[in-house]
This record gives sequence, C-alpha cells and structure tokens, in this order.
Amino acid sequence: MTKPILIFGYGNLSRGDDALGPLLLEALEQKIDLSDIEILNDFQLQIEHALDLENRELVLFIDASVSCNTAFNFSKLEALRDKSYSTHAMSPSAVLQVYQSIKKQAPPASYLLSIQGLSFELGEKPTEQANNNLQLATQFAEDLLNNKNINFWNQQLQYDFS
Amino acid sequence: MYENLETAENKENLKRVVIDPVSRVEGHGKVTLLLDEENKVKQARLHIVEFRGFERFIQGRPYWELPVLVQRLCGICPVSHHLAAAKAIDQLVGIDPENLPTSADKLRRLLHFGQVLQSHALHFFHLSSPDLLFGFESDISKRNVIAVLNEYPDLGLQGVKLRKYGQEVIRMISGKRVHGTGAIAGGMNKSLTKAERDYLLEDIDQVIEWSAGAVALIKKVHCSNLPYYDDFATIATNYLGLTKENGALELYHGGLRAKHANGDTIMDHVDYCKYNDYIHEEVRSWTYMKFPYLTALGQDQGWYRVGPLARVNNCDSIDTPLAEQARVEFKQHSSTGIMVHSTLAFHWARLIETLHCAESIKQLLNDPDIMGSDLVAQGEKRYEGIGVIEAPRGTLFHHYQVDENDIVTKANLIVSTTSNNMGMNESVRQVAAEYLSGQELTEPLLNNLEVAIRAYDPCLSCATHALGKMPLQLELVNAEGNIIDKLVKHSDGQIENVRK
Repeated sequence: MTKPILIFGYGNLSRGDDALGPLLLEALEQKIDLSDIEILNDFQLQIEHALDLENRELVLFIDASVSCNTAFNFSKLEALRDKSYSTHAMSPSAVLQVYQSIKKQAPPASYLLSIQGLSFELGEKPTEQANNNLQLATQFAEDLLNNKNINFWNQQLQYDFS
Repeated sequence: MYENLETAENKENLKRVVIDPVSRVEGHGKVTLLLDEENKVKQARLHIVEFRGFERFIQGRPYWELPVLVQRLCGICPVSHHLAAAKAIDQLVGIDPENLPTSADKLRRLLHFGQVLQSHALHFFHLSSPDLLFGFESDISKRNVIAVLNEYPDLGLQGVKLRKYGQEVIRMISGKRVHGTGAIAGGMNKSLTKAERDYLLEDIDQVIEWSAGAVALIKKVHCSNLPYYDDFATIATNYLGLTKENGALELYHGGLRAKHANGDTIMDHVDYCKYNDYIHEEVRSWTYMKFPYLTALGQDQGWYRVGPLARVNNCDSIDTPLAEQARVEFKQHSSTGIMVHSTLAFHWARLIETLHCAESIKQLLNDPDIMGSDLVAQGEKRYEGIGVIEAPRGTLFHHYQVDENDIVTKANLIVSTTSNNMGMNESVRQVAAEYLSGQELTEPLLNNLEVAIRAYDPCLSCATHALGKMPLQLELVNAEGNIIDKLVKHSDGQIENVRK
C-alpha cells in the first residue's frame, strides 16, 4: 500500500553541502510519525523517480541549492520542460513533467524545500552556515509534516524566508 | 584565465574556442578548440574538472568502509565503484576471485548486470534517443525525453521501466536504492530470498523483449543513414577491456585484452593485478584528467578506447543467444567484419550489452545459487588489493594499499571516462575540423560536438547536481587572449550570440 505522502531528499553525503537533503531526511526520521509518510533518497533525480509519485497526495522534494538566497525556501512545483532533461540529473519539475507524460494526468501536489548550500567539494563536510540553514529548514519541515494538508502547505508559501 | 598551449606547433599562432560546459553529459565539462592561423582545428581539449580528489577521498579510511564510501564518488554509477572496491578489498582479506563463494560471485554478477542495464537504458532512452529518433539537425527544443514520451509513448515508457527494473535488481540485492551494502570483503552481505527472486522474475521476459526491440531499433536507425553514422566523429583506435578465458564478453571478472584498430591482438588474458606493467598514465598540464596508454605502444600510439564499443569489438562471442546474434550482425555491418570504429556505433554496442544483461539476469535468477547461504570467505591478510570491472562506460580500476591498521595509505583509480579521454578529444577534433567554418561559432557546430561527446556517455558530474550554475559557452579566443566571438547557451536552452 503506497503511503500518501512522499518526502524525497536528494544529494551526496560526501560532497559538502550537497548532503543537506539526505541529512534533513535523517533528522526527520527521528522526529515525525512516519505511518503515512514514505521517505526516499537518492544521489540525484532521474526519470524513473516519476514512478515514485504514483498514488501520492502530497510530495515534498528536499535539496541543497546554490541559488537559494535565504537559509531555506519553500515553493510549489509545476511540471516543466527545462534543460535538466538533457543531463544525468533532473530537476523536480522535470520529474513531474515525466510523470504527466507517462500517466496522462496531473502530478500530485508537489513542493520543493531548498536549503542554501555553499560548497560542494568531494570529501568535505557541510559548512557551518549550511548546518545552521539545515536546522531552520528541519524545523520548517517538521511543521509541514505535522500539518499534512494541502491548504496548510499552500499557506506556508507566504512564509517570510528572509 | 587561459594557460599556455603546451603541445601544438607554432602555439603563438593558435586561437582557442572554449565550450563550457557540455550539455546532456554533465555541467562540468568544457571543450577548448585550438586553431591555427588559417582557422583549421589543430587540437581539441575536453576539460573535465571533477575527477580530482578521488584518491585523497579514499586515503586514510579503513578498507572495510570502501564499498559504501566509494559509491559517493559517482551518483551515476555508484554500483560500479562499489563492486570494483569490493573486488580490491577481497584481496586485502586474502580472497582471490576464484575463491569467492559461488553464491557471492553470482550475486555480485547479478548486481552488476542490474547496474549496467539501468545505466545503458538511461543513456539510450533518455539521453540519446531524442537525437536518434528526431535527427541530429532537428529542432533542439524537441530533442528531449519528454518529446520521446509524447511522440513515441511506448518506447519512452519502456525506457523508464527498464531503468526502474535495473534499480529494483540493485535494491533487492543491496537492500537500498543507494548506499547499499551488498558486497563486503570476501563476499556478500545477504543472498536473495525466494520472494525477492520471484519478484524480479515477474518482469524479466518483458525486459528482454524491450531490450531486443531497442537493439532492432538502433540497428535500423544506424543502417538507415550509413554514411553519416559510420563517418561521424569516427576514429580507428586501439580497444581495451576484460574478456572471459574463452574470449567471450565479460563485464564482472576476466583478463585484460587489448586489440589494434585492425583487430590484431596487442595483449590477451593479462592478469589485471599487473595493470601497472601494461598501462601508463600520462599527466598533462591543462587538465586534472590523466591520459592512460598501453606502455608497449608508447604515448603517441598506445591510447585506447573502452566501454561498450571496445567490449563488443574485443570479444570473440557473447554467451547469451540473443545478444550473440546481435553481435554477429553488428560485426557484419563493418566493412572488414572485424572491427567497428564508428563513434556513433557506441549506441548500438550499448544496446547489445543491454540485451546481454537482461538475458544474463534471467539466467541468474533461475540459478538457485543466488539464494545460497555460503556468502563470505576469509583468508590471510594482505597489504595490497586491485579490483577491476567493466563499468557501463568502460574498464574501471581500483587499486589500494593498506597499513597494519587496515587504513588505506595509497589509492589509485582509473575511471572509464579517463580511459576514453583521448578518444573523446580526437572525436571532438574531427567534428570541429569538419563543422567549424572560419571564425564563426554556430549552433550546428555546438550540437555536433555534443553529439560526439555524448556517444561516449562520459560521466562528468560524479554526483554533484548543482544544476543551472553554469550556462554553456563557446568562446573564440585569439593567441593574445582576446575573445573575438562568443556563444552562450543558457540553462533554458536559449542560445545567445555575444560578440565582443
């Protein structure tokens, strides 16, 4: 039986701040009730992850981001053709687009929690700044997952991230 | 910003074209074309900046951490690193490949077939099929997997499901999608349960059928325009890879075989633990990537290609029936019937291997040894271990030395993209020589360069995924360092001409 809520964190634990997505998953596993939540992680997103979206009500992608201007950011995702189709790693919006193309239906309501990362070198630990960002993002994610309904999540889009 | 040009004749008269990075491979490659005063391409350089630091990442760690740790070197083929490391640390606990328990050996092979299947499926259906199905000169906005899903929905879905199937094989054996602990020193962590085996058997006939269909498709596409497919970026090279003792295709364990471009054998059945006697790695000032070559032939003549094209060229047969039939047809297509040098034939060879993987998975799933309980062997401690496998992109070497406390003191890795380094440079040079006209950087030139590089399926990212950080850039720079023409390909695919 597929759990209705999917949290998908992606990144590489051994590449500095790229670890933020998987680290947030580890933190959440200790803090939240997982009875109706499935947690998945991978190095990067790919076409087959579209199949993980089947029969979900809410999906939360979690990733480190170099372009995030605040400690973290929360946004709603739309299916989108973007340039990431042509690399070994896809954006979450591109995965939604693949889902839409395969299933011929709109993807489940999906959101992206981006955590600001600064350095992504192999063998590095996450930076101090990134760890601070991770703490703030974890608190925010906890609130989301304690209020698992689309209205609450949409309200959080108005959150002042600065 | 621009270093001196160290090898070209009359370097003071050369101009440079910089392409940074290359899309549909990864975001951290760039191409520099060195032009002479007549605007002829004299040299091409593919810069890959992400392979630095591998050895440093491994040194200082206890050897038993390595099968998990090295998966983090590459988000594209983590299982390849996992298995190469496992083979190396088998030796550190005194176990040579022939002494690995039968069940462990077969489970590792099954894991590897799953990995190669999913990797090849990704490359063909996702990265290559848009070019192959819509044509290399078609609208660039159309050449992506979504267009394939929309216009060839059955084929597109097969690609997604083949990829997923390979991932499921990996998950069943190693327990997780990523960071699994399937292989350990001297064996495997667990075998398959009957339920897991039956789950994988449910879809395998379909997987074989789809793989066979993909081979038929690529053959049809290739043969529909033979002059183009056989000539584009084509270079006659040496080839290196593992083969079985009887010369058959081998992906997990075998001896090193190298062949000349004309098919003559350079070396055969070489114990890969002696690779240092046969392969030398040249360092060049302008890149972190090394340039391996066969020592017997020297630096100028000894470079070689690895990967699907090399393997299918090198082997005498394939031990699964459908893939063997496909191999024979592949070889018959070449003018000599001996070696196929077309760079675009990488795609064809890749799908022959996909079919071989699917057939082999079925054979292994029907072998009761994969549910066996004798999984780990132990021998006398050693201080050096070398593991070599045929990763999806080619031969992968892991070489470690440890101290008395089991800490890695020295590591050397040769990844397949490194072995193909010279081949990619030569293919790029050839394409640029044909398509670069005067001092104009054009979208067709950029597109053709990408097509050539993409055929090798180089892994340039190694697990970082900071997408959109860098747009694609082409710069024409004269010997004085002045940019005289510039193309920028933005992350949304738009191309902007920015003339200085």
